Amino acid sequence: MWTSIITAILIITGIALLAGFLLTAASRRLPGDPIQIVDQIDALLPQTQCAQCGYPGCRPYAQAIASDAAAINLCPPGGADTVLRLADLLGRDPEPLAEAAAVASVALIEESLCIGCTHCRDACPVDAITGAHQFMHTVIAAECTGCELCVPRCPVNCISMVPAR
Amino acid sequence: MNSPAATYDLGKLHGGLRLPAEKAAATATPIRDVPLPDQLVLPITQHAGKAAHPIVGIGERVLKGQLIAEAFGTLSAPVHASSSGKIVAIEPWPVSRRRGDNAPCIVIDCDGEDRAIELPDQIPPFHSLDPESLLQKILQGGIVGLGGAVFPTGQKLMQAATMPLDYLILNGVECEPYISCDDLLMREQASLVLGGAQILMHALRLGKCYVVIESDKPEAIQAIGEALATLDDNRITLKQIPTIYPSGGEDQLVQLVTNREVPSGGLPTDVGCVVQNVGTAAAIYRWICEGEPLISRVTTVTGPGVNSSMNVSVRIGTTVADVISFAGGYTENADQLVIGGPMCGKSVTTDRVPVVKATNCILVLNEKNAATVEQSCIRCGECAIVCPIQLLPQQLFWYACADNESKLRSYGLTDCIECGCCDLVCPSHISLTASFRNAKARIHEQADEKARAERARRRFESRNERLEFEKQTREMELALQKKQAKSAGPSAIEEILERQRQKQDKED
Repeated sequence: MWTSIITAILIITGIALLAGFLLTAASRRLPGDPIQIVDQIDALLPQTQCAQCGYPGCRPYAQAIASDAAAINLCPPGGADTVLRLADLLGRDPEPLAEAAAVASVALIEESLCIGCTHCRDACPVDAITGAHQFMHTVIAAECTGCELCVPRCPVNCISMVPAR
Repeated sequence: MNSPAATYDLGKLHGGLRLPAEKAAATATPIRDVPLPDQLVLPITQHAGKAAHPIVGIGERVLKGQLIAEAFGTLSAPVHASSSGKIVAIEPWPVSRRRGDNAPCIVIDCDGEDRAIELPDQIPPFHSLDPESLLQKILQGGIVGLGGAVFPTGQKLMQAATMPLDYLILNGVECEPYISCDDLLMREQASLVLGGAQILMHALRLGKCYVVIESDKPEAIQAIGEALATLDDNRITLKQIPTIYPSGGEDQLVQLVTNREVPSGGLPTDVGCVVQNVGTAAAIYRWICEGEPLISRVTTVTGPGVNSSMNVSVRIGTTVADVISFAGGYTENADQLVIGGPMCGKSVTTDRVPVVKATNCILVLNEKNAATVEQSCIRCGECAIVCPIQLLPQQLFWYACADNESKLRSYGLTDCIECGCCDLVCPSHISLTASFRNAKARIHEQADEKARAERARRRFESRNERLEFEKQTREMELALQKKQAKSAGPSAIEEILERQRQKQDKED
């Protein structure tokens, strides 16, 4: 009788240990795929590429979040909704936004003042400003993400932000 | 003599309501022509898709039937001048539509001469055209679905032509209270409607057409029946269906007539049917056989707030104020102006809005009923009983309040046709339809936002790629130059330095 009890105990322990190992291995392996996590975080960010988070674009910020280097509340254009979704995805506690949420806006070039210096064009992260050297520039409003990166670059202060649509 | 149409082998419609018709006042008189107004206001978006592009300038003279805005982008339709005159402005103007109050419009000051553009001497009979060129021609006539959805007819037919089809269904059901423009059109212009049906059958290579009319329109049934007898086309059958709102909805009608259910998110063409409004059929006949694009339509002016209810034939672009003054003006206690019917229409705040291709009814209501207070849902389930789509409005309302997009989708919000039946039966007076409409708009907005973000992400990535590529090419060029300089040896460098020295000497 003892032998059968011991066999049973050994078998059950064996199964439990094996399952434990498998599960640990799986849990280490699966979320350990950093590219996938970065993609998922990147998909939640608003893609304004405004760098207000302190990183040069949405994907770099996503990478920083994934490697635990950045907080999840640094994205003003995304607003509180994005923080909530990020918290949901990453299993972290939601935090209030570090800065006030941004209102959706687009850049507008006062074309009569533009001197055609191309500074704003080069600063645009999504190529939404068109124009050649010494010619008037203009913003493609449909593609502008409202990141404001062009505003400080203008030497004649002819770019202003206006409400989107 | 046999009655012209019998009710037979019909499918079943879930739910629906028998509503008071309220149509007697407007159907008592024949269709009357509204005189040409001094000014016409033509929105460039009178159809479901992208706005048309104006191709006329301010100050330009246009003739009746002249193309003034051409179709541009997906599901767009052209716009034609409804009368001759001078373009005085292209500017935002109040219009009646679901979202937003103002839309860009082309304003024409009419010269009163009503001169039409010259037509070709001989309009070829539609039989001589092959179906493809006929569809192309319909596309150019600015014809849109006149039942209310204003889907560009040309595109709808072209999509349909790619599918295996069995039936063309002409929708003369007009189930919403007060509206009677299709009824009068069928009574007075039955031959145009049937002519349109023949053109459509030719264009789609179809051999079977049902003209469907609700049983509360005996005059229209008789008129169509007589026209059918003279036409002697055995491909066309007249069908009579019982009067239940909303059996005139496209998918509902298909179910009733053919007993086939249009799948969720699908189109009637998925089950082999094409549905066209009778007014659209008449408009197609006018365009193909008489060369007149869609520049006028029949509209019902009715309700307790107008002095004489009637159906009028009105140029597209006439303001509602002009139409109402033609119908004897407002009564003393007129209070609310609705464009469309009482169930699906939109309330507007000004009568400066123009009559557009979609305007099937101008309804003026009396002082509103005592405001009903919205109470909590008691989960009685009445709304689910009347819903023609067999949705669960009480659950949808719940998730619409919580803004739960995935649940709204899985409970079929996108299939809601906004017929308003649930509103009407709700004992707690909850405005369910309005909340569904808002939820749909929100879902739409979120999808737009997502698409925008995706586009921005792609642009950002391709820009980075480009910058990286430029950097590498520059480095390669620099390395090449360095190598060339090195391979030229020290004597070459000496030579260059010598040249520079000479140049400097010259300048000194």
